[in-house]
Amino acid sequence: MALEKKIRELKEKREKMLLGGGEEAIEKQKAMGKNTARERIMSILDQGSFSEYDMFVEHDARDFGMDKKHLPSDGVVIGTGTVQGLPVAIFAQDFTVAGGSLGLMHSRKITKIMDHALKMRIPLIGINDSGGARIQEGVNSLAGYGEIFFRNTISSGVIPQISVILGPCAGGAVYSPALTDFVFVVENISKMFITGPEVIKTVLGEEISMEALGGARVHCEVSGNAHFFAMSEEECFSQIKKLVSFIPRNNDVKARVHDPVPPDKKYDIEKIVPGDPTLPYDVKDVIRAVADNSDFFEIQEMYARNIVIGFGRLGGKTVGFVANQPMEMAGVLDVDSSDKAARFIRYCDAFSIPLVTLVDLPGYLPGVDQEHAGVIRHGAKVLYAYSEATVPKLTVILRKAYGGGYIAMSSRHLRADFVFAWPTAEIAVMGPEGAANIIFRKEITTAANPDEVRRQKVEEYKEKFANPYVAASRGYVDSVIEPSETRKLLLHALEVSEDKVVQMPRKKHGIPPF
Amino acid sequence: MKEPDKLNIDQTHYTTRVSRRWAERKHYTPPEPGKIYSFIPGTVVEVLVREGDSVSAGDDIVILDAMKMKNRLKSHISGKVISINVSPGDRVPKGVMLVEIA
Repeated sequence: MALEKKIRELKEKREKMLLGGGEEAIEKQKAMGKNTARERIMSILDQGSFSEYDMFVEHDARDFGMDKKHLPSDGVVIGTGTVQGLPVAIFAQDFTVAGGSLGLMHSRKITKIMDHALKMRIPLIGINDSGGARIQEGVNSLAGYGEIFFRNTISSGVIPQISVILGPCAGGAVYSPALTDFVFVVENISKMFITGPEVIKTVLGEEISMEALGGARVHCEVSGNAHFFAMSEEECFSQIKKLVSFIPRNNDVKARVHDPVPPDKKYDIEKIVPGDPTLPYDVKDVIRAVADNSDFFEIQEMYARNIVIGFGRLGGKTVGFVANQPMEMAGVLDVDSSDKAARFIRYCDAFSIPLVTLVDLPGYLPGVDQEHAGVIRHGAKVLYAYSEATVPKLTVILRKAYGGGYIAMSSRHLRADFVFAWPTAEIAVMGPEGAANIIFRKEITTAANPDEVRRQKVEEYKEKFANPYVAASRGYVDSVIEPSETRKLLLHALEVSEDKVVQMPRKKHGIPPF
Repeated sequence: MKEPDKLNIDQTHYTTRVSRRWAERKHYTPPEPGKIYSFIPGTVVEVLVREGDSVSAGDDIVILDAMKMKNRLKSHISGKVISINVSPGDRVPKGVMLVEIA
């Protein structure tokens, strides 16, 4: 009978822990539209797959009356489970226990699961919902953050790291998500900032609400810190599951192959791109016209919309799409879009995901603000990321590819493996108007009818250079193709490059223009 | 319906949507080294010059208390103080022209 009693005891202990901060605190959490830490984990993981560790961990803080305080599981839930059959490690801060504040043992639980994830080479999902450092634990709590940041960095590019912000995440705590691959946020629930509205008000006299300072929308639209925006926790969880379906579990294996499904016929690839290079269209329709099942999973949809990034599949295999968006800012590269694209390119390269680049851009964005914001350095990130990437690089030039933008967008010169161009492609040093005005400046300015001469010269330039054939004649473009051949040729290119090997010179690491 | 936006790149006018950040970008203004602005919100502790004084580049002009620091704002140029817009004790937001030297 002793065994039965002990099992009963364990059950009672567990039940107590499962209540977290208690019913009252849970009610408060619910009133904010939030789930509890364990509910969140259960919603992300496959049913019944969660195995919790360290449920009985206790803090050992003694100062400021902490010795009398019992904090169930020390305010964080950790463990492993599966997402659609893929094993993952997960932690979730429990706001109902001391506001999810991070003390020494709390941090040790997180670092334990992080170490586990790295050793087992499985993805790490971190759910952040915390008031910040547990002030009573002083420098120990800072040490805890530091240990987490270090592991985020060391794990970067080895295992996928996903951060889910489901509550406040303020002060130093925000640097853990910032070091991870993907950050998910939810409207009205997520709040991220280094210094909160209070401090900003007292120090700077500027008044701002938490939502306006570091809410979900702000980080998706303005700062670019977050990658996925959801209106509810449930929507967020389904986004996480979808993301996991596209990525490999570590950097030694490829993403799982799905059954290939042809694109939806409603996306007619011949009818999306207007011939006139100054007219806009939605490049996502081109992606949908080539991707399996027309399924495109966009990342950072609301930030730097002039470039589009995200995952899709070709013949069942995950690829990363990078595409200029002529509908927004004419598809230019600028500070923000360069930053966004470069990071994604490096993600794909780290995790063996081939890159498919769709090119249609007039170049880099001119302007004092851009120059002063460092468009040189940020723009260079795109060159760096593409040059450095050794995954298969497939490029399709849809229309304009002018100047530095042409070079940057996965050109042959940065070692694209396949460069296809549509007959509408214009691969040139700049647009015809600009070029004609420079080359024929004298003829134009000295002519009796400068406007007429300018028009003639622009036409002349267009005729000669605004096409893919000059580049094709040099072999910079492998093949000029009909738009309708695009999917077939991309599938072929992927097949050919399945076992691509590139030898890079020995180095510790490069110095990208961060 | 709203007229679609245009963006001029290398003398070609593209029909496209322009971002709010671009539309609201701050236009460049050349620096005016004679004007001393509050670079941070704070409280004026002391104004060390009077109108008409001659000052040299590098002279302290105003002491501004902000972020627990008594910041010494210096003149970038040599010249005469032509206007003083604050007095000790004034709380000023960021970007207020405090003193002008010409």
